[in-house]
Amino acid sequence: MSSRRDFMGMALGGFAALGGIAALYAAKRTWDPLPSVKAGGFTTIDLSAAKENELAVEKWRGKPIFILKKNASMPKSDRDVVVGGNHYLVVIGSCTHLGCIPAYLPGDLMFKCACHGGEFNTAGVNTFGPPPRPLDIPPFKISGTSLVLGESGPEYEKMLAAGLTQSV
Amino acid sequence: MKEFKILAVVAFFTLVTYWGVEPFAHSQMHKEVESNNFVYDGKADIEEANNAIEVAKNITDAKKKATVLDAANKKLVAKKAFWAEVSQISKLQGNAVAGEASFALCMACHNGSGVNMGGVVPPKLDNAGSLYDKNYLIALLKDPAMASNVDHKYADTMMHPMGTIKTMITTPQQIADVVAFIKTKKVAKLTPEVAFEDACGRCHANRYGNLTQLGATPKFKTEQEALAHRVKVLDEQDRIKAYMGKLPPDLSIMSRARSEIYMETFIQNPQSQLPNTSMPRVGLTSEGYGMVKAYLEKTGDPSKDARHALGPWVIVFFIIFTMLAYLWKKSQWKDLH
Amino acid sequence: MAHFDEKAKPFSHQWMNDRLAVDTVKKVLSTEYWIPKNINFLWAMGMILAATFGLLIVSGIFLVMYYQPDTKTAFDSVNYTIMTEVGYGWLWRHIHGVAASVVFLIIYIHMFTGIYYGSYKRGREMIWLSGMLLFVLFSAEAFSGYMLPWGQMSYWAGMVITNLFGGFTKDFLGGIGNIPAVVEWIRGDYVPGQAFLSRFFMLHVFLLPLVIIGVIVLHFAALRIPHVNNQDGEEFDFEESAKLYKEDSKKESKVIPFNPVFLSKDIFVMGIYFVLFFYLVFYHFEFAMDPVNFDPADGLKTPLHIYPEWYFLWSYEILRPFPFNVGLVAFGFAQVAFFLLPFLDRSPVVAPANRRGLFKFWFWLMLVDMIVLTVMGKLPPQGAWTIVGMVAAIIFILLFILLPFITKNEKKA
Repeated sequence: MSSRRDFMGMALGGFAALGGIAALYAAKRTWDPLPSVKAGGFTTIDLSAAKENELAVEKWRGKPIFILKKNASMPKSDRDVVVGGNHYLVVIGSCTHLGCIPAYLPGDLMFKCACHGGEFNTAGVNTFGPPPRPLDIPPFKISGTSLVLGESGPEYEKMLAAGLTQSV
Repeated sequence: MKEFKILAVVAFFTLVTYWGVEPFAHSQMHKEVESNNFVYDGKADIEEANNAIEVAKNITDAKKKATVLDAANKKLVAKKAFWAEVSQISKLQGNAVAGEASFALCMACHNGSGVNMGGVVPPKLDNAGSLYDKNYLIALLKDPAMASNVDHKYADTMMHPMGTIKTMITTPQQIADVVAFIKTKKVAKLTPEVAFEDACGRCHANRYGNLTQLGATPKFKTEQEALAHRVKVLDEQDRIKAYMGKLPPDLSIMSRARSEIYMETFIQNPQSQLPNTSMPRVGLTSEGYGMVKAYLEKTGDPSKDARHALGPWVIVFFIIFTMLAYLWKKSQWKDLH
Repeated sequence: MAHFDEKAKPFSHQWMNDRLAVDTVKKVLSTEYWIPKNINFLWAMGMILAATFGLLIVSGIFLVMYYQPDTKTAFDSVNYTIMTEVGYGWLWRHIHGVAASVVFLIIYIHMFTGIYYGSYKRGREMIWLSGMLLFVLFSAEAFSGYMLPWGQMSYWAGMVITNLFGGFTKDFLGGIGNIPAVVEWIRGDYVPGQAFLSRFFMLHVFLLPLVIIGVIVLHFAALRIPHVNNQDGEEFDFEESAKLYKEDSKKESKVIPFNPVFLSKDIFVMGIYFVLFFYLVFYHFEFAMDPVNFDPADGLKTPLHIYPEWYFLWSYEILRPFPFNVGLVAFGFAQVAFFLLPFLDRSPVVAPANRRGLFKFWFWLMLVDMIVLTVMGKLPPQGAWTIVGMVAAIIFILLFILLPFITKNEKKA
């Protein structure tokens, strides 16, 4: 008799625990990033619209993203994103010193930060002033002539592994 | 007594910890900058140029070292020459009456119309004699970029928004006269708010003081008017952003975000705390800074008076509370030992 | 069926007793709750903590009336609305800020008192464990509260600390411990943002306080059976001593009732504490309100120095001097180390550390080491400081590893 009562008690307990787990799943989902937030986390940029040596600024996860299509005379770099034979500089446009947004000087082929005088070349590498490291490259994945920011493709992984940028 | 010994041990370790994480840590995190007591003689600028040379000497890349060192040496020579000349001019006897005529040239831009001219709205000069230091004004008329210690931003002073002054007021005597005029005729009894608006308010907002870069925000009857004003403010902020590199921070509670010594040394020479910053030296007199500081404390720490009024009462209350508690404790424990 | 006195007037003593047993409750919880007589002022820290928690709740109630958990308005709702417009808003805020910092000082004193007098073992394990759980909960409460003003330090401390939940770097163990999705799940976003602020607001004002109150009840309950320890770690018969006390042989008895005798001393100590506390609130609050947090949060601008509040510094410094993955393991160890104390201490002796042979050195070394870690944790990680920090971190870990060995052969006092 008592073992049967135990069994019924365990059955009830087990069944209740099942409900508890289901509720926990709901709770976990509630904490997940919202679809609108997630959508904002992946920005698709059409590179075919970019013009040579003209800086385009996009936004990704609240950060400015610099896109610069290089012309034939501009130096190439292994930090470039190569799509359809064209070289692009794709970096987070926030100075690695104290986060000001550098301006692009197309004549001098460099970025200059008006805050503390930091300079970066067209590879995004710091060439002068206080910035401690090159401009960070956002995680990207090449998809046709577009770039999906927020997803890391093999090209980005390779740059990370080579220490050309740090993960953000 | 044993309890006092224990208390001493607890207090000792508490105070050591406090000392380590507050005074000691902060002394290590922020470099020591000494106040020049609002004297503008270029000493700090020349020292900076000297330091830059020392830094340049340590560059390993030989080619880079040569160019940087050369530039640093040139800068030192230029700084020394500039401040020596300022010192010469300050010894001249200025004639305020003669200065008034030249001062009319200033009014072309410094007319209070509130129009942005190549970066910022030129300041009104009505209180300039009280707000700004004599030596600084001389330096400013001679070379605005050098005086403000932002010459690193300009290849040539003419590119400074006020650079053309060099073609308008040219001789040392002329400079001395204009400065004499400003220092005698453009004086007023300063108030904290006016001092802030004149000296800081064209670049820095103070939203807790209801100030934008365009001054106090009035009350609007309609949402359209309010929005139109907001757009005007945003446009002005964009112009300043282009000029300064980024929008200078709102100063509402800056007095709590920075220490007193930081603010005092920063205002005398922004480069001393933020090397290469685009913030110009403002050249405030000690009195002018006192007023600016008073305003920043008013918006940054508005409860100071109330705090100081209430503090003693609360503390006295708890001292009496403690005395009564001691007597109660004694009465409760008297039969126990 | 209980007996009810039909003639008792509603709400009279008898009437209440019949229904709620108020006399029994009063006896059990206060007038006949026995505490050892042989104690010093360190035994008042528990009640001081309760009082400080009370201050935090009361001041928090008023703050939450005007605080706005919105990334656009949070900063000004604290720094302008509460500080300028709300009547005595500044007072509540300063009490809340100072109490949040001071409560940790008292917690540490309370903890080290427990360690010094050996009050964590021989039947008192649950007191220690529930207390450590409270420490963790208070840490979470403090951290979530620190996010709310949405200043630069809120944002960046939130960024750095939540990043730790991403686990090891990708190249470590074939990437098995690399779980950046957890970070995004905690934040509800890729970077701290609105979702992050509102959920930490919920944790801070509702869930965590609720759990803390529950664990405080458990902590108190855990004291009942093993009883409060005393200055000499002496074991004696509480019932016998209580009998002596009730027979008015108070001098011979080793116990005192919680109310009013123990309480009278507690309240006196509390009075001294409040004088100091309100001195800090009115004249020295800035130590509890970091200047960096008076700059509004800016995701594009990292502050020059990022450091947690002082009470987290020792564990932060155990993370920092090592390579990232090693540091994370060390940090994880530091979080659980104190939980293990009752089981790592193999000696059966309950006595002040100074009478316990090698443990004496263990105690004072641990105390000094944690202070060194705390100070190093705030300094910029440069030059000699990194080495001092690393040595202190290694000593901390070694002390816990060595504890079973140095206590195993401890002589009975």
